Amino acid sequence: MFVSYKWLQQYVDLTGITANQLADRITKAGIEVESVEVRNKGVQGVVIGHVLEREQHPNADKLSKCLVDIGEENPVQIICGAPNVAKGQKVAVAKVGAVLPGNFKIKRAKLRGEESNGMICSLQELGVESKIVPKEYADGIFVFPNDAPVGADALELLYLDDEVLELSLTPNRADCLSMIGVAYEVAAILGRSVKLPAIELKENDENVHDYISVRVDAQEDNPLYAGRIVKNVKIGPSPLWMQARLMAAGIRPHNNVVDITNYILLEYGQPLHAFDYDRLGSKEIVVRRAKNGETIVTLDDVERTLTENHLVITNGKEPVALAGVMGGANSEVKNDTTTVFIESAYFASSVVRQAVKDHGLRSESSTRFEKGIDPARTKEALDRAAALMAEYAGGEVVGGVVEVNTLQQKDVVVAITLDRINNVLGTTITKEEVVNILTNLQFAFTEHDGTFTITVPSRRADITIEEDIIEEVARLYGYDHLPATLPIGEAKPGKLTPYQAKRRHVRRYLEDAGLFQAITYSLTNEAKAMMFALETAEPIRLALPMSEERSVLRQSLVPHLLEAASYNRARQVENVALYEIGSVYLATNEHELPNEKERLAGVLTGVWHAHLWQGEKKAVDFYVAKGILDGLFALLGLENRVEYKQAKREHLHPGRTAEILLDHKTIGFVGQLHPVVQKEFDLKETYVFELDIEALLKAEVDDIRYTAIPRFPSITRDIALVVDEHIVAGELQKAIIEAGGELLKDVSIFDVYKGDRLPEGKKSIAFALRYYDPSRTLTDEKVTNVHEQVIKAVEQQFGATLRG
Amino acid sequence: MKERLQQLQQEALEKIEQANDLKALNDVRVAYLGKKGPITEVLRGMGALSPEERPVMGALVNEVREVIQTALEAKQATLEQAEVEKKLASEAIDVTLPGRPVKRGNHHPLTRVIEEIEDLFIGMGYTIAEGPEVEKDYYNFEALNLPKGHPARDMQDSFYITEEILLRTHTSPVQARTMEKHQGRGPVKIICPGKVYRRDNDDATHSHQFTQIEGLVVDENIRMSDLKGTLREFARKMFGEDRDIRFRPSFFPFTEPSVEVDVSCANCGGHGCSVCKGTGWIEILGAGMVHPNVLEMAGFDSKKYTGFAFGMGPERIAMLKYGIDDIRHFYQNDVRFLQQFNRV
Ligand SMILES: [Zn+2]
Repeated sequence: MFVSYKWLQQYVDLTGITANQLADRITKAGIEVESVEVRNKGVQGVVIGHVLEREQHPNADKLSKCLVDIGEENPVQIICGAPNVAKGQKVAVAKVGAVLPGNFKIKRAKLRGEESNGMICSLQELGVESKIVPKEYADGIFVFPNDAPVGADALELLYLDDEVLELSLTPNRADCLSMIGVAYEVAAILGRSVKLPAIELKENDENVHDYISVRVDAQEDNPLYAGRIVKNVKIGPSPLWMQARLMAAGIRPHNNVVDITNYILLEYGQPLHAFDYDRLGSKEIVVRRAKNGETIVTLDDVERTLTENHLVITNGKEPVALAGVMGGANSEVKNDTTTVFIESAYFASSVVRQAVKDHGLRSESSTRFEKGIDPARTKEALDRAAALMAEYAGGEVVGGVVEVNTLQQKDVVVAITLDRINNVLGTTITKEEVVNILTNLQFAFTEHDGTFTITVPSRRADITIEEDIIEEVARLYGYDHLPATLPIGEAKPGKLTPYQAKRRHVRRYLEDAGLFQAITYSLTNEAKAMMFALETAEPIRLALPMSEERSVLRQSLVPHLLEAASYNRARQVENVALYEIGSVYLATNEHELPNEKERLAGVLTGVWHAHLWQGEKKAVDFYVAKGILDGLFALLGLENRVEYKQAKREHLHPGRTAEILLDHKTIGFVGQLHPVVQKEFDLKETYVFELDIEALLKAEVDDIRYTAIPRFPSITRDIALVVDEHIVAGELQKAIIEAGGELLKDVSIFDVYKGDRLPEGKKSIAFALRYYDPSRTLTDEKVTNVHEQVIKAVEQQFGATLRG
Repeated sequence: MKERLQQLQQEALEKIEQANDLKALNDVRVAYLGKKGPITEVLRGMGALSPEERPVMGALVNEVREVIQTALEAKQATLEQAEVEKKLASEAIDVTLPGRPVKRGNHHPLTRVIEEIEDLFIGMGYTIAEGPEVEKDYYNFEALNLPKGHPARDMQDSFYITEEILLRTHTSPVQARTMEKHQGRGPVKIICPGKVYRRDNDDATHSHQFTQIEGLVVDENIRMSDLKGTLREFARKMFGEDRDIRFRPSFFPFTEPSVEVDVSCANCGGHGCSVCKGTGWIEILGAGMVHPNVLEMAGFDSKKYTGFAFGMGPERIAMLKYGIDDIRHFYQNDVRFLQQFNRV
């Protein structure tokens, strides 16, 4: 909403308050003033001139030589290039010495041999935006009405000395979509009174019902419809002050009848529509839902196909307006219009919103209906419009109003105690202060024993409950006066849940292990949605995606991590180690929320460790990734409950992928990217993992319990086992641990060999076995006993032989 | 004999002095104090002395031995010291060569900001509540006093999946769910961080996916002044002890009264600068007293209970705190961006 400071002065006395100060006060009281626009873009010395003579420039086809009275002793000669300049016009003249926007100084000049003492200006030359300049003056100078006084300040008459406040309105403050509404707000803030426009309506002795009748078939959509007939109007320009105010509000003037409807819309917030009575095609108005497939050509010359979701104004046969949004071209007011039917109605916001949505057509009218108008102003606005048409379009108002009114209007009454106000706010506001605030708001109220009973005016539809009154009091009392306290009441310590606490440990562990935390988008495309997923379900698609790339919810974090790695690689960051903890979304059924599961995933590529001058350089490989995960499982106390199993998974290297099991259930995978996928993402050798972090964090683990520090020496024995090459180390190790029993404390692998010194199809794995007895010093004999059992076990189970 | 002894002592001391390694020194020891050495020889010759002279001579011999012994020990220590120093000197390295790097990643800047805020409120007795990102229309809108057709739904164009299910547009549904779980009994004191989604085109200041942190306190006798005090505490802990806050009236459907909360600009201290667009204040939060409809829908008696709620955007806070100029950085995961947040 654009609010002209000068126009606002018609309703509230703004003496002593500048536009900027006013903006500040309005903002502090709750409506944000986004900007204060100074309309004068540096113009000085522009006055009204009267073109006394105009003749063709002797040496230039496109120039006119004019003699212009600018209210000084002698008329001056001005050369003008505008095509529409003519004798007798009142025009804006930049005198010699005047300044135009861009610090353009007007000097005495000779144009093609003829002297020019000033410049006749178009509105654009005075800094007015083209889109609000009246169409007939779009390519020439602006012509003032004949009564414009010669020599007067043109800027003042055009409201170019004005300042315009741009209000950013929250949806609850639709009341301020009108100058009168803003006036009430400003009056409440300043503690001043509101002057409403005086309506002097003279009706003739005809009866409007002889001209037209109204029927409303959709009363829920249109609880109030009123209209008047104004005859004998003469279409012409509206008065200068009205044009100036409309332009200040950002609206282009058209003609007197249209301008008056727009003016009332801005003044009262009541949208009006003027029909050419003679073009209506009947003597009745019927308001109804459109029929499916019915069409209307709106004022913007677009044919629109309607459905029964849209409300139309018809002449009993066909639509003449899309209710609350835009009139029809068939009944448009034109230059030859003589009789006008003015519509002032209250349309329900839902039906207008539907039309706006379906037709992508938003207007000043529809905006107000969508946000809700004050039905108490509907008929007053109609009367004011008729009165202005009589005054400024030479019309004659036909007696009476046609009206269908099924509006159930009840006063909103709110009762609230002073204590309640203070208890909610934590303040000590006095009764007198509340009285003052309510009085300034011009709310009707009574007070008895500290209880205020308030009748809320219909213009403030946002106020219905006690809390709304508390807010009115608080914002006008001033939040700066609100004390700062802390809640009283029992103080319980805050704490992370065990899950949240563990998740933080996981993050820190992974970061300390060298990975950066990434956050990627949850929305992806259909192809990537299910790639790598541990579990898959029907893809969940947005009803109205903004792009195909962001149309489906992900089921794995890996694809976007790969994109991130690829993004980095494209920018010469070749070594990437990222992890992400985030949700994946698995559909259940259409009416239920999806199963949202938290996952932990990572991507590793490039050099893992480099310390070149000491000859160290290590690229990421499978065991780097696995080592990180081993550490993670150890962190969570799960290292003995996790197993890796050779696996084949889509998109991963068939020989370099492991499934990860926790307590024998698959909870994730780690592996090298399949070369095909690697190429798709434009990556080099890359490893990824994804884990069901919920399973990891929710697995029950015992608390840490101290065990005694070893008091006796342990004994270590090494064995190198030769086995078939398909036998995996993990299985051997498991068998060793089983056979080693209680005395075997730990088993580590220190060598793996495959090559010339062994028969084909064989490999050797060397284990170090450490034996320990917590109760005594071990004897060689005892260790040998157990050790031989271990060897026997692997011989029997795997056909292993000791490497000589 | 006496002269002989003094001469031996003199000689020995000279040779000790001249010895420049441990072997040479040992040779001196063997030569003078050994069993075949000259002093032992002198002792043997003592048999020829008178009984009176014998003890005098014996004492003298011991004295000479001791002097030589002491000199030997002293020299030994010096030589050993020199040897150690020589060895250490040969072991010298170039300490200016680079150390073996320790690999280390770090939190995403949003996590950094979110954890800081979480910890701050945990310190004030809050717990952290989480909830689904794919939400029912009911929890995302209706339970928050945004019935179907409410004009404020315009403000948050949403990603719907079906008519009843959408990607949450704020973390407020977690508040609604938590209150519902409390079955009308306070106190509720929670912080809700999480991802949210809106139909915005991604550009420098908009992202279709972003994060939010909201807070909610519901109890008997919760006042709007408590909201102000709580947020002032937050602002000071987060942005510096000399920060101040101010409330500006605003509108949110789920709170009444509603305010926007500005924090005095940390960059200029409130005098006005480019960061705060000359106002001295920076808008950080939306907040208000929980709307009675919201309380009632979640099963709380709005005559007995009141509450406050607030919400903020970690992206905005991170952008202010670290001077980040483009919101897309948070979701591109450029390592050169991420690794800038690697220290205290
Ligand atoms: Zn500043």
